[in-house]
Amino acid sequence: MTTTTPSTTGAVAPAATREALGPTLIRLQRDGADVVVVDADLGKSTTARQFRDIYPERFFTMGIAEQNMFSVAGGLATLGYTVFTSTFAVFAEHAFDQLRMSIAQPRLNVKVVASHGGVSTGEDGASAQSIEDIALFASLPTFTVVVPADVVEAEAALEASARTPGPWYIRTGRPKIPVIYTDGPRFQVGKAHMLRDGSDLTIVACGLMVERSLRAAEALAAEGISARVLNMATIRPLDVEALERAATETGAIVVAEEHLVHTGLGAMTAQALAERAPVPMEFVGVPDRYGESATWDQVLEIMGLTADGVATAARKVLARKG
Amino acid sequence: MVIDAPVDLEALTQRIRRHIVQMVYTARSGHIGGSMSSADILAVLYGRIMKHDPADPQWAERDRFVMSKGHCTPVQYATLAEFGYFPVEELATFRQKGTRLQGHSVIGKPAGVENSAGSLGMGLSFGLGIRLGLRLRGVDSHVYVLMGDGEQQEGQVWEAAMAAAHHEVDRLVAIIDRNRIQNDDFTDTTMRFSPLDEKYRAFGWEVRSGIDGHNLAAVEEALAWARDVRGKPALVIFETTKGKGVSFMENNPGFHGAPPSDEQYAQAMRELGA
Repeated sequence: MTTTTPSTTGAVAPAATREALGPTLIRLQRDGADVVVVDADLGKSTTARQFRDIYPERFFTMGIAEQNMFSVAGGLATLGYTVFTSTFAVFAEHAFDQLRMSIAQPRLNVKVVASHGGVSTGEDGASAQSIEDIALFASLPTFTVVVPADVVEAEAALEASARTPGPWYIRTGRPKIPVIYTDGPRFQVGKAHMLRDGSDLTIVACGLMVERSLRAAEALAAEGISARVLNMATIRPLDVEALERAATETGAIVVAEEHLVHTGLGAMTAQALAERAPVPMEFVGVPDRYGESATWDQVLEIMGLTADGVATAARKVLARKG
Repeated sequence: MVIDAPVDLEALTQRIRRHIVQMVYTARSGHIGGSMSSADILAVLYGRIMKHDPADPQWAERDRFVMSKGHCTPVQYATLAEFGYFPVEELATFRQKGTRLQGHSVIGKPAGVENSAGSLGMGLSFGLGIRLGLRLRGVDSHVYVLMGDGEQQEGQVWEAAMAAAHHEVDRLVAIIDRNRIQNDDFTDTTMRFSPLDEKYRAFGWEVRSGIDGHNLAAVEEALAWARDVRGKPALVIFETTKGKGVSFMENNPGFHGAPPSDEQYAQAMRELGA
């Protein structure tokens, strides 16, 4: 039904993770996944609208009405369809109770693919920058939550979601970011992927912070510091075994994410390790504040979400490790 | 697979009402008022209108009933039990530890419950999704969505109303139990929304309103009309009495979500012919 060959990414030019959605939906339907798409007037931006051009009868536009979109998606899913919904991450937040009662509690086969996640929406400013979405979706029992690190992984996550019944949240992004998996995806739901081994500490990251963490690890290596880098694309269910191994083998953890620092991957990692293998930890994320308008990389810099920010946290955690 | 046995609706509605009072009294919680006002509508739906098979609740071509006013589970469970979806004796477990009969509707508990509800305003959207999915599959089954009148204050209802008309969805039948009382008070005191019929017509629906929701023949005639509307979604607004069937509960905002006392229970059961 699916392929592991990256088709959106013959090229290694930077690409936005959202670019995976439209082509992957079309291929999934072509492969017999019985896909329908429910949309709320952002299909051009999320790229879901490409599906409409090929399968118009399977594409339902609900207008600018996210509450209705999610409940309609739940109803469609009762008939056995693989239902994809798409909007911006902040507007998925708009309809939390519909996600809860029309999708999560009944455990229906609805995939929420929300683009423009995080603060890297940039110029649109605070209202368009979702810094709470991972916390919200991770708080819904039954939801699988995935934040792909690049367009190749986004495609693989979409394919995996279509193979796996149940509610999924997949966060994609607006800006074109470097492609990490140039030779194909390694995505497995619920499994961290170790991009770089190391012995002094482990950097756990998701989304666009993965590539920035790899750059931080390069910089640290030049200082003689050996950093492991784990791509924790699946936030829920969290790969606690990989975290425990990282804590045990490297003795210090830095978590890097494009999300509020106190309610996202870092907080969940800390909880898991507090139970299994407590070690010094540092957290790189959006501080307790809203964003602002600037270019996407400028906003990331304002928030400290840079390779330098990760490297600084690494040095700090190593000092605590002693 | 239509229920075509000559169901005695009068007797059925009395039994459903007695179940409702008994369930809420036994559970010491639950929503009597809005269950009693919907009893005749559900009896007619399951007894005369809907294509369904209690022996095969997952039958792909069944008509679907979506309970949007998800607090009114007593009338839903009582009706399903009376039609044989599960044993009537199980009604005694309502709201108690380990029961399938949850306080508010949970999909599949028991089979025959088609949606999860309790947060108001979602059922019409959910039913629209089911009907869109059926239409794409080429299945002519109907979807009936029962909403409360206070529920019309939820904005999502109007998102769904707009979308159903936009997509020219027929065989989607919305039903409003217009009992004029919501949790705290009368609907007109809390938040006026009349006229409902003109609002839905303006959204592109076929509407019948002012129907006596306790006149079984009138209920059947109106629902049969709505079932046969084509090219548009259809709505029937039934004028009902909250707490219908028990004198001191009728039109009494005190019986939205409160259980009867021992004395009230005894009197209610007497009035319902127990």
